[in-house]
Amino acid sequence: MTPEQEQVIDNETLPAKTKEQLKKFLSEKNISDDQFEEIIERVNSEYMSTRIEACEAVGVIAAQSIGEPGTQMTMRTFHYAGVAEINVTLGLPRLIEIMDARKEPSTPTMTIYLEPEFGADRDRAREVSWQIEAATLQEFGDITIDMQDMQVVVHLNSAVCEKRKIPVGTIIETAPRKIRERRHYRDFEHESDEKEGVINFMPKSRESYQNLFQLAEHVRKVIVQGIDDIERVVVRKESGEYILYTEGSNLKDVFDVEGVDTRRTRTNNINEISQVLGIEAARNAIIHEAVSTLNEQGILVDVRHIMLVADMMCLEGEVKQIGRHGIAGEKESVLSRAAFEVTVNHLLDAAVANEVDELSGVTENVIVGQPIQLGTGDVKLIAKPMN
Amino acid sequence: MTSPKRIGKIEFGLLSPKEFRTMSVRKIIWADTYDDDGFPYPQGLMDLNLGVIDPGLRCKTCDQKASECPGHFGHIELAKPVIHVGYTRLIRKLLRVTCKSCSRLLLSPEEIEKVVGTDEDSTGDVLSEKDIKKERVCPHCGEQQLKINFEKPTTFSEVQVEEGKKIEHKLTPADIRSRLEKIPDEDLRHLGINPDVARPEWTILTVLPVPPVTMRPSIILENGQRSEDDLTHKLVDIIRINQRFKENQDAGAPQLIIEDLWELLQYHVTTYMDNEVAGCPPARHRSGRPLKTLSQRLKGKDGRFRGSLSGKRVNFSARTVISPDPNLSVVQVGIPLAIANEMSIPVHAAPNNIDELKTMARNGPNRPTLNHPCGANYVIRPDKRRLRLAEGNLDTVADMIEPGWTVERHLRDGDIVLFNRQPSLHRMSIMSHRVKVMDGKTFRLNPAVCPPYNADFDGDEMNLHIPQTQEARAEAAILVAVQENILSPRFGGPIIGGIHDHISGVFMLTNQVRWFTREDILYLLKSTDIEHLPPPVKEEDGVPMWTNKQAFSVILPDGLNMVFKASSCANCDICKRDTCERDAYVQIINGNLISGTIDKKAIGAFDGQIVQRIIRQNGMKRAADFIDDMTKLSIRSIMLDGFSFGIDDEDLSKTEYGQIAEVLDGAVMDVQKRIRIYEDGQLEPMPGRTPEETLEMQIMQVLGKARDRTGEIAGRHLGLGNSAVVMAVSGARGSMLNLTQMAGCVGQQSVRGERIMRGYDDRTLPHFKKGDRGSDAHGFIKHSYKGGLNPTEFFFHAIGGREGLVDTAVRTSQSGYLQRRMINALQDLKVAYDGTVRTTGGRIIQFTYGEDGTDPMKSCFGDPVDVKGIVESVLKEEV
Repeated sequence: MTPEQEQVIDNETLPAKTKEQLKKFLSEKNISDDQFEEIIERVNSEYMSTRIEACEAVGVIAAQSIGEPGTQMTMRTFHYAGVAEINVTLGLPRLIEIMDARKEPSTPTMTIYLEPEFGADRDRAREVSWQIEAATLQEFGDITIDMQDMQVVVHLNSAVCEKRKIPVGTIIETAPRKIRERRHYRDFEHESDEKEGVINFMPKSRESYQNLFQLAEHVRKVIVQGIDDIERVVVRKESGEYILYTEGSNLKDVFDVEGVDTRRTRTNNINEISQVLGIEAARNAIIHEAVSTLNEQGILVDVRHIMLVADMMCLEGEVKQIGRHGIAGEKESVLSRAAFEVTVNHLLDAAVANEVDELSGVTENVIVGQPIQLGTGDVKLIAKPMN
Repeated sequence: MTSPKRIGKIEFGLLSPKEFRTMSVRKIIWADTYDDDGFPYPQGLMDLNLGVIDPGLRCKTCDQKASECPGHFGHIELAKPVIHVGYTRLIRKLLRVTCKSCSRLLLSPEEIEKVVGTDEDSTGDVLSEKDIKKERVCPHCGEQQLKINFEKPTTFSEVQVEEGKKIEHKLTPADIRSRLEKIPDEDLRHLGINPDVARPEWTILTVLPVPPVTMRPSIILENGQRSEDDLTHKLVDIIRINQRFKENQDAGAPQLIIEDLWELLQYHVTTYMDNEVAGCPPARHRSGRPLKTLSQRLKGKDGRFRGSLSGKRVNFSARTVISPDPNLSVVQVGIPLAIANEMSIPVHAAPNNIDELKTMARNGPNRPTLNHPCGANYVIRPDKRRLRLAEGNLDTVADMIEPGWTVERHLRDGDIVLFNRQPSLHRMSIMSHRVKVMDGKTFRLNPAVCPPYNADFDGDEMNLHIPQTQEARAEAAILVAVQENILSPRFGGPIIGGIHDHISGVFMLTNQVRWFTREDILYLLKSTDIEHLPPPVKEEDGVPMWTNKQAFSVILPDGLNMVFKASSCANCDICKRDTCERDAYVQIINGNLISGTIDKKAIGAFDGQIVQRIIRQNGMKRAADFIDDMTKLSIRSIMLDGFSFGIDDEDLSKTEYGQIAEVLDGAVMDVQKRIRIYEDGQLEPMPGRTPEETLEMQIMQVLGKARDRTGEIAGRHLGLGNSAVVMAVSGARGSMLNLTQMAGCVGQQSVRGERIMRGYDDRTLPHFKKGDRGSDAHGFIKHSYKGGLNPTEFFFHAIGGREGLVDTAVRTSQSGYLQRRMINALQDLKVAYDGTVRTTGGRIIQFTYGEDGTDPMKSCFGDPVDVKGIVESVLKEEV
């Protein structure tokens, strides 16, 4: 391909992807001008012929295109997606979850990418993972119950602390605070010795052993390092860099951890994305999640259909559910809402509020028995016969 | 055709008691329906003023017959007001936000302004219950407010605190009504209520409208008894109690009795409106069945909205079992003569077709055989009177036909009809076909159109609809036709194409190189639509010979250039191209198959690369023709060789059986070894897993691998001479896994992705020792289907099979609901003339459809332009 021919391709009004493909297929080839001209002409005419037509009922087509293969999807909730250690909901249940715009997915997970200097090295990646994975106090030392003095004694293991890159002082400070804040248990006092790495917890009421054991349980389970919601982190090497997969999700806190590449890191919690990164990010997340769920099942669905669903869900600036509590329930038309779900209440409320149905949508017009405003029903041009 | 009038809008509001009374044609006072002679009582529930249902009687209000009278409302004057159940929540809200003595909003004008906004700027919200603090003092009259308690379904009470004791004081509907009456219009507007159409006191009924009899027709049973509608039963109850209430009231009965009766009246009116209210026992029929009252008529799948208004019954439709016929074109549908004789198409008589129509009328309503010309069932005069054609009147009626009349003729070959199979999950579930009238009693269709309908022939039935107007026929022919729907809008590839035997046949035809004599090649191509044979490639002993690739090339359009790998491609690291020993490298140059095997990838539904390319280069019509030719050719080719599969096709030789036994024994031993390691506590758990989970995963892995190994052993023995292998390799049906299970080993049965663990304590079946973790005890089937399962294996197999069945049942309902929700959310979207995606109300969803304005159906698997195809066909080489 000559540079002039390349120039011609650049000047055509074609989508970037088509131009790229043209260049890719023609780059190594020696082609005559006639052939080149024919190719360009045929590409252009095909491009023109693949434009969407006006009045096309794209919404229904999108809904059918996603819904129809639903019957072919598996129901198996758990599947090991590449990472054998982490469970992810897949298949139809996951698709339903996405469309329902749940506040929290049934299996929240994150894929955390690291900055180059952390991602290249296993040990440094591991260090980042310690900052993220929730670790309980019992992992940092021995916890013994002193029945005689009615106290719980923690002997911190300084070697572990050092390995995990957390100063003993920090643990001594956070442990009692977190028991109070996160575990909502306040009936205790504590004293500590930073040099020895010892913390003593005493229950306020020393009457029963029950309190002591209860306190011990809290002491063992209190999270002193990492992010509370992230129960587990798995480090894996993928295409030359170390990536962290997590069980549990907390986008905001993970972004604050040093070494995390905030541009590539993602979570499957769409609601969280919309809270932290905004509605456009949420839209992209819906598309990404839906596409990967369908692809994993080996189902081909054009992205444009999924985009339309995602756009509809994000239309109002917040992620809305597909269904009664979202888009379908907030339609303007009374008849359309009544025909979907909770028929009677919609009618009763419409009467009190003096609602007016403009009969613009599909269901309304089907109900009153007139042509719908889509496809051939939308054409208002009528040929008048001569004379 | 019909009047172009449109309903502009529908406004919703409440009816006031005054409106009830003006609307009513009759006050109803008697609970009885018919007298002994079967005549309706005047002022009874079946009063002739309310409309008529018995043929022969005339409506006293509009003087029309039963078929014409739409029915008229009557009314019942209630002795005391009662609450409308649907509005209890509204009433509760209003009682809580307004003052108990002056009935004004419990907010000062400033507080209202804070929420609602000023008059000029009306962007604020409507007031809600939360904006008003509980038990405060009225800012207008200074009255101390009391807490309003609401008890389901319809009881309201005020709570008064006296000397630390709570005293509940019941509010009667009359009390509530008088409070609601006093709420000023202005305050209601702040609450989102339009007082012009919905005064709140109208939610407490003083008059009850009686629906017309047409809405609650009584039916006459076989024994001559009348059976009344549920609504009538309920109305009878209401009138009875109402009468009794009035009598007691007039007689000055004690307060206690009055209250009881009032509650009873309330109960009946409540259940009349809605018989499924929480906290209220449903009213029952004598048989114990709960009555279907007003709400129940509207609600749910078979209710008025979803059952009668959104979905409608139609005429001109037929339904019967389907069966395959590869000799039909994909655009055709075979219709039994009996159906064709019953179904009709109206044809308007005009000077240029009047003779034809007269002959049709003369042919009469019974076409005895396929060869007879089509007849007609009815003739319609210009005054809309229908004349039925019957043996005696054919000639007289035919002679009367003049321009302006309409003849309803039978179906005949070439008519356009809509064909449908439920569930209609996508638009290809309804397509229009051309009629081919046939013998037999089933609908016939080309098996290549099964994928879009998702049909098979194990007893499936399908529906047929006959478009009755010219517009409908035009839309059916232009938009809904089969050839317009070869491409699926879901992914931009063909959804119609070869299946099962088409693929096996075409695979056997084109695999490797074969030679055909004139006789053979004519047999193959006999039923395809070609005019002459290509020149033979060679002569053997003076006999001209054609290759198998030529036989296929004949049906390809000229100038088709493409190169791709067939489904039988083994994905070698380095492609051997033309020299591929599997013959999987497909080259088509100028419409000639040079090398390669045609199989699922080339002509199959969902994949069909050749079909896809023909659509782009030669159009839909040519693609449909290609599919027709291909189906016929492939069926011929499969008949040429014959194709069958029997139990002995699963046989292996002694060496293979030995190897399989060896592999399985090795795997079982391996499992035992791992179990021992686990039991000794030596098993190193995987990160994040317990040792037990790790063991399970390892066992699953070992046994899975063993199963695959037996498959490989079996596969080595079974070559392309085996029908099942042909089907698996060509992609026609089944996979090597199925063959493995038949000939090698069925493998591990699982429940929820794990080995079978349920059953008795610590064991799955009493055949095993407690705590046995071995492969046999948890559902590993080491026999093949051919070899036969032993009893425990059989039972485990049934467990695994059951899970699959449950899964399918759950999935269909879930995905159906998901689709219904998505359709409801997205149905109003369309592409506007400016290329934006909008709702029918005009809201913009996307500025360009799909960010590039490409129609997914016309796209090439998502790409706006099939660059590869164009370059290939211009350069005639692989790119």
